[in-house]
This record gives sequence, structure tokens and C-alpha cells, in this order.
Amino acid sequence: MNLPVLKASDFASDQDVRWCPGCGDYSILAQMKKILPDLGFPREKTVFISGIGCSSRFPYYMNTYGMHSIHGRAPAFATGLKSTRPELMVWVITGDGDSLSIGGNHFIHVLRRNLDVNIVLFNNRIYGLTKGQYSPTSVEGQVTKSTPMGSIDHPLQPLSVALAAEATFVARSIDAHVKHLGETLKRAAAHKGTSLVEVYQNCNVFNDGAMAYAQEKKQRADNVIELVHGKPLVFANGTKGIRLVGTHLEVVNTDEVPADDLLIHDEAEPNPSIQMMLARMSYPDMPEPIGVLRAVEGIPTYDEQINQQVDTAKELKGEGDLNQLFNAGDTWQVS
Amino acid sequence: MVATTTSKAIRSVSGITVRLAGDSGDGMQLLGTQLTNTSALAGNDVATFPDFPAEIRAPRGTRAGVSGFQVQFSSEEIFTPGDTLDALVVMNPAAMVTNLTDLRKGGILIANEDGFNDKEFKLAKVEANPLDASVIEETYRLIKVPMTQLTRTAVSEFGLGVKIADRCKNFFAMGLVYWLFGRSLDPTLRFIQEKFGKKEEVAAANEAALRAGWAYGETTEAFGESYQVEAAELEPGTYRNIMGNQALAWGLITASKLSDKDLFYGTYPITPASDILHELTKYKNFGVRTFQAEDEIAAVCSTIGAAFGGSMAVTASSGPGIALKAEAMGLGMILELPLIVINVQRGGPSTGLPTKTEQSDLLQAMFGRNGESPIPVLAPCSPGDCFDIAIEAWRLATQCMAPVMILSDGYIANGSEPWQIADVNSLPPIQVDHPEAGDQPETFLPYSRDEFLARPWAIPGTPGLMHRVGGLEKEDGTGNVSYDPANHQLMTETRQAKVAKIAERIPAQDIFGEQSGDVLLVSWGGTYGACHTAVKRCQENGHQVSHMHLRYLNPMPANVGEVMRRFKKVMVAELNQGQLRMLLRSDYLVDCEGINKVQGKPFTVSELTESIESALQT
Repeated sequence: MNLPVLKASDFASDQDVRWCPGCGDYSILAQMKKILPDLGFPREKTVFISGIGCSSRFPYYMNTYGMHSIHGRAPAFATGLKSTRPELMVWVITGDGDSLSIGGNHFIHVLRRNLDVNIVLFNNRIYGLTKGQYSPTSVEGQVTKSTPMGSIDHPLQPLSVALAAEATFVARSIDAHVKHLGETLKRAAAHKGTSLVEVYQNCNVFNDGAMAYAQEKKQRADNVIELVHGKPLVFANGTKGIRLVGTHLEVVNTDEVPADDLLIHDEAEPNPSIQMMLARMSYPDMPEPIGVLRAVEGIPTYDEQINQQVDTAKELKGEGDLNQLFNAGDTWQVS
Repeated sequence: MVATTTSKAIRSVSGITVRLAGDSGDGMQLLGTQLTNTSALAGNDVATFPDFPAEIRAPRGTRAGVSGFQVQFSSEEIFTPGDTLDALVVMNPAAMVTNLTDLRKGGILIANEDGFNDKEFKLAKVEANPLDASVIEETYRLIKVPMTQLTRTAVSEFGLGVKIADRCKNFFAMGLVYWLFGRSLDPTLRFIQEKFGKKEEVAAANEAALRAGWAYGETTEAFGESYQVEAAELEPGTYRNIMGNQALAWGLITASKLSDKDLFYGTYPITPASDILHELTKYKNFGVRTFQAEDEIAAVCSTIGAAFGGSMAVTASSGPGIALKAEAMGLGMILELPLIVINVQRGGPSTGLPTKTEQSDLLQAMFGRNGESPIPVLAPCSPGDCFDIAIEAWRLATQCMAPVMILSDGYIANGSEPWQIADVNSLPPIQVDHPEAGDQPETFLPYSRDEFLARPWAIPGTPGLMHRVGGLEKEDGTGNVSYDPANHQLMTETRQAKVAKIAERIPAQDIFGEQSGDVLLVSWGGTYGACHTAVKRCQENGHQVSHMHLRYLNPMPANVGEVMRRFKKVMVAELNQGQLRMLLRSDYLVDCEGINKVQGKPFTVSELTESIESALQT
């Protein structure tokens, strides 16, 4: 079959994009449009579902099927859709407030069910659409419109939450690191099961530079570790590495320890303990990991199983027959 | 089969109302269900009212833990489980003191004597043995039966422990009740085999207890005669007994087949709606997918997702859960996707009375969403009618691309009645179309309209029709986000008109009785049986009273206002503080008097009759 070759522009809808100039969302949108043609999946079988927030305008800008739903609930809509239409490729677009505050419940449950959808979590550590209140990922002490004396909430780490919820694919990337972002999205799409990609996204209006340590090229090398499966954890242009000591990780200078001492990244390890340690590494004490933390394949997906049960029931009992159902058991005639 | 023919005298009566009451662990619901089925199989018309505590195992022996099951079986057509009891079976003092007021004078009171001891008196908070009060013997026909002892003797040969042996005593009680009302043991014997067949000694013990109960009735001198209720004259056909929630589930499956759609049911457990889930999940071979969501909100959202994908999508809950679903229902309404939302109402507000019935969510169904968000609302009038309402709801939902609300209630959800088995082949198909690129204009308009003002249901997977939907106001035709003031007005009016237009294609409202007169009793939902019977009684008493029962609540049939104006007085009976009355008054400017009750219990026929007749005097 000759499938038409699609370009990034084929995935652009006719709607004007209305994010603030300079918003990190543009980069994520661009990368999404860029990688989708590479996946070779028909546009009409691709669906974007979002909740509420700046990021959740995303589906309007994609020339695919899409739904801009209600706050925090995108995973639930996706569950109904994917369970009944498993042949579709479903993306969930969400933000830190959408997925971890109002939608926290749906977020953990979609992950533990391992529904075969791809979740892209735009984390800007702020509420943008409501104009600048602190979010569940805002750092302690952060001064915002709703926290004039500084936030007293302890932030959630999206990746830690995902691992605790038994996620089978957990990754992180950065809006400004476009190549890495594209590759990570592709990996997410290829995973069978729920894929979570956290993207550090700059809100240049309400939280500008909050993650500059990771976003800016100059700082990135020292503050970010790019995870590569089967490779030792090194950063700062190879001068530093990560070593596992007892039950914690520590930064070492690579010229001071034997190469064998460095932790080798294993994204496929089913036991999430070390992946959890990676997820908890945070600036400024530790470099923050990007890339795929966890990718465990071969776990049955929710959509696969719900449909298998239907098939099995049909095999065992035969295709349902209403007359048979209604007349089974105790009936009587009135003449 | 062992002969179960009495050698004692038989008295023929037209109908019997009996209530079985005991501790929640005593198996009264099972006993009641069996008596109902057996009576239905005997050709009686039956109506039931199970009444049980919300606690799974409320403290044993206490008044709070009493579980009851009332059934009326009759040789005439009946519509209610009966007002007063002809017979009451009580397994302990708590059951006696909480139920005795409903037993008519001269009625039969059968008591498990072994359940009446000091320990039980303490638990039931009674001073002395209530059976010993002289007023009891004077007012009722008291029959004391040492059921526990007799059951232990009957099952002794099977070597069961005392605890298990004692659990058989509901079957002993059943046998005795069956003897008293001339019921066949066969259906229950079959049931015992099906249910306990794998545990041979348990099955044998239950059977022995059942037969011992029957034999006790036959031999004890306490009973001089038994009663017989002839078969009722129902419309010819094949019947079965059906419960409301079961009928809803079957109606949904039938609607899915009639529309050639697989059914997706997303829900969260809640009393009294959970039985719909339990029923539907048995029928995966009919293409049914059930999803027990993490919460009520996820449940309704999952169904909207499934509807977007082209499935028949249904969610159900009760009042508190419906409150949680409100925002998503508003989304379903503005997305204009077909969906069924079932509310099996219970006593409110808040957690309220989970196992008791009420009709207080009508205004929630009508208006319980932000913004202008009308949706069609239907209400079944009886357990069997739940089947038809489910099909009708899906027909309307697909015809006008909108969420449709079904308002059932705890009373009909758990109640049962004979149901004339639907002839599937005679049911009209539900036509559902999904557009293809070829039959649409070059630029697809997802919010264009057909003659019902419905928009096309284009589903993912269809090439050329890619579009985005969302909760922001949409531009007419394109569905693109629009903040244009005139467009918002137009879209609001269009969505409203779409629902209002349904009135043009539903049947005109019929009434029971004369077309005009002194009083029109108006009702909706599960109170149909009591209202119908009360009006019949008023008519028999020579009054000009008619009955209008609404199954369509939004929109109402086009002639409702005109019907009401033909009567001198309009009375609205509902298990709330006057919600339908408010709608009727505001929609039709017709004054209405309310008959309102919020006790967690259905109307009795006599209280309705009294209200109507006293209104006739004024």
C-alpha cells in the first residue's frame, strides 16, 4: 500500500496559535508536528486529548482528531476512547496543574492501568492561564500572586509520582532541547502502554527562567544528565558521573574513581528503585536526569485486556443472543 | 417431586401482602426474592419492596440492622407492593417492633420464637418479650414457631456446624410461608440446586429445612387453613419477573444491538445504581465493555471519550455521584455527543439515605450544570418500564446528539414485577449514521445541523473529517473556538431548541380516567403504581379524578399544559418538596397543589387517596 508521505505542515490545523510569544509550548508543538510524519501513522487515526490550561489548547493546533476537555480529566476521556477504539493513537496533553492538582487522581490511575496512550506533561511550575498562581510543582518559597510570602507547599516530582503509580514508561525532556525532545516523544509513541513524558517548559510571562539551569545551553551540561540505556551516568562533558553508594546516589569526578564504579543506566529494569532515585535527583544538589528513566515492555495494556475479555466471552459463550437472555431461567406463559 | 398438596382447608383470596423481616444476616432478601419468583411463576401479578439498611452487617439483633422484604401477589392487576400487611414474618424482636405497625388488625404474625430471648430483647432495646403483650394476641393471629430448633433438627443428619445449620432457618421460614400461601416448592428447590449444588451437604440441608417448614405448616394445629391466590389475568404472552436495575441493563444492551453499536459502560460503585454494573459486566459476549473508574468524574468522562469514538456510551450513579458528574455532563452537552446518564435516585441531600428512595434530583437533572445546558430527561414508571426507557433514551440521544438523563429511583431499581418478555425482532432499529468524507462538503462542518438540529457524528478514523471539539464555545458550523457575542447567543438558542424539538416527535400525553374533571393527579417516575391505584380507588368511590403520569420530563409532551387546564384542580404527588410542581407552574402558569413526602419510603395508596379526597372537599 502506498501511504502518502506527510510533512510537519500536514499536521497543522487552520487555527492561529495563540500562546504568548516566546512560550515553550511552541517548541513542543513544532517537535510534535515534526515527529508525527516519521511515525507513519495516519492522521485520521491520531487523537489529541487535553484538559484545561495553556498547554491544553494544543489539540486545536493539530490537524488530527482532538478534544479539549475539562480540567484534569483528559486521561479519563482517553480511557473511554482507547478502550473502545484501541487502533487509534491517542496523545494526552496536560500541564503540571492539570495533571497533578485537579487531575491527580486520573493521572495515577491511567498510569497504573497501563492504558496504551502517550502523555505529554508540560511542566512550567506555575499556573499560566489563570495568570500566575503557584502550582504543585512550584518550588518551596516561590513568590507568586497567590503566595506573596512564598509557597509553603512541598512540590511534587511528576516522575516520582509516575513511578509510584507503576508507570511502564517514564521520561523527561526540555522544550529548548529540541532534538532530544523529538527523540523522546518518538520513544514514547513507540512504547506499548502508558508513556509519560515530562517536558520542562518555560513560561516566559509568569515563571521565566525557573528551569534556566536545564534549559539554557550553557548551564545544561553541568546541571543535566542525559540518560542512555546501558551507558554510565556522566555529565559536565564527561568530567562528572553518578555512583550508587548504599541506598543513595552521589556525584563523583570521573577522573577520581574507576570507570566501573559509575552507575549504568538500566531503563528496562522492572524494579523501579534506582529509577526512583534518579527521579528524585534535583537541582542544585544534583544534576537532573533527562531521557528515558524507565521503559518496561511486555506489560499487558488496559485497552488490550478489556477487548480480550470481550473476545474471550464471545468464544466461551458465543455471540450474545437477546432472546436467549430474556427467556433464560424462570418464565411463564399467560394465554 | 415430593407431593406438596395440603390436606387442610384452602381459602381463596384475591391477593396477599406479606413482609419478611429479620436481621440483615438472616437471608430475608433471598426469602423475599424466592417468594416473588414463585408467585410470579404461579401466574400472580406481583410487586415488591425490599427495604434494607445501608450497613452491610449492621450490629446484629439491633433495630438498625433489620432487613425487610415486602411482596404483594394478587389475582388482579396490581401496581404497588401494598399498603398494609396481611402477614408479617419476624425472625427477632427488633424486626417485630420496627414492622408491627404495618400489619393490619387480624393479620397473621409469624414469629421465630427462638429469636426472642433476653439477649435479643437487650439488643432490640425492649423491656420484655413483645410477644407476651396481651394486645398482640388480641389484635393479631400470633403464631410462635421455634424455627431455630426445628431447623437444627431438620438438618442434623448432614453434620453441619451449628452456625451453618442455623443459616438454613430462612429456608424453614420459606417452607412455612409457602405452605401458608399454597406455593410450589419446585422453583426454590431448583434454585437451591443451582446456588448450592456444588456444596452437597449445604444444598441438602437447605432443602431439608424448606421441606420441614412446609411440613410444619401442614401438621401444626396453629394453622387451620391455608390461602390460595389464583393466577392474574395479564395480557397474553411470555413473562418473567424483572427488577428495575436489571431491566435498565437489559434495555441498554438491547439498544446497543438495535443501533448496531457496542456498549461502553463507565461507572463508579454507588448504591442503588451498582447493580446495573454487576448485571452488565456479565454480558461481555454482547460486546459490552464495563469500566469501573477511579471516581464518578472519570466514569462520565470515559463515556464521553467512548462516545467521541462512536460507541454507545452510558454512565450511571445516584445523586451525590451525579453532582460530581455535572461539569462533564455540561461538556457532553456542548460537544453534542450522544450519551446516557442514569441517576438511580436515593434520599438526599449529600450522602442522605443511600438505601432509601426519593425523587429529589429532578431539578438537579434539569438545571444542575453551569450555564444554559438543557438536556432531555426521562423517567421510567416501573421496574419493567426501565427496559423501554433505556431504549428510548438511546434513540433520543442519537437522534439529537445530546446526553440524555434517565431518572430512576431506589424503589423501582430494587423492586420487581412480571415483565412481558420483549420480542426483540419487533423492536424498531435505532438508525445511527457516521458521515464519510465523500458525503460532506469539501470543508467539513462538524457543527452543521440536520432536521432535528443534530450535528454529524463524525468519528476518529474517518479520513478527511478530522476536527477538534472542546468545551469552549464553538462557532456555528465550523466548531472553531468563538467568542463572538452573536454566535454564543445563536449556539445557546440552537442547543435549547434541539431539546425542545423532541416534544414534536414524542407521543402526546395520555391520561387515565376522564379527559376533564375535578382533580388531575400528576406524577412522574417510580410513584406511578401508587398514584394509579389511588386514582382508581377515587374513581371507584365516585370521584371525578384522573391521572397524568409523565415519563418525558424534558421536554414534556406538547399537550401537558392543555391537559392540566381541563381540570378544576391539579395535584402533583412526588417524593420531594415540590420539584415537578415548580416546573409545571413556571412552564404552564397552572396552579398545582403538592402531595409531598420525604421519608425515604414510597407513597402508600391510602395516604394518596386521603389527600385527593380531602382536596375534593375543599
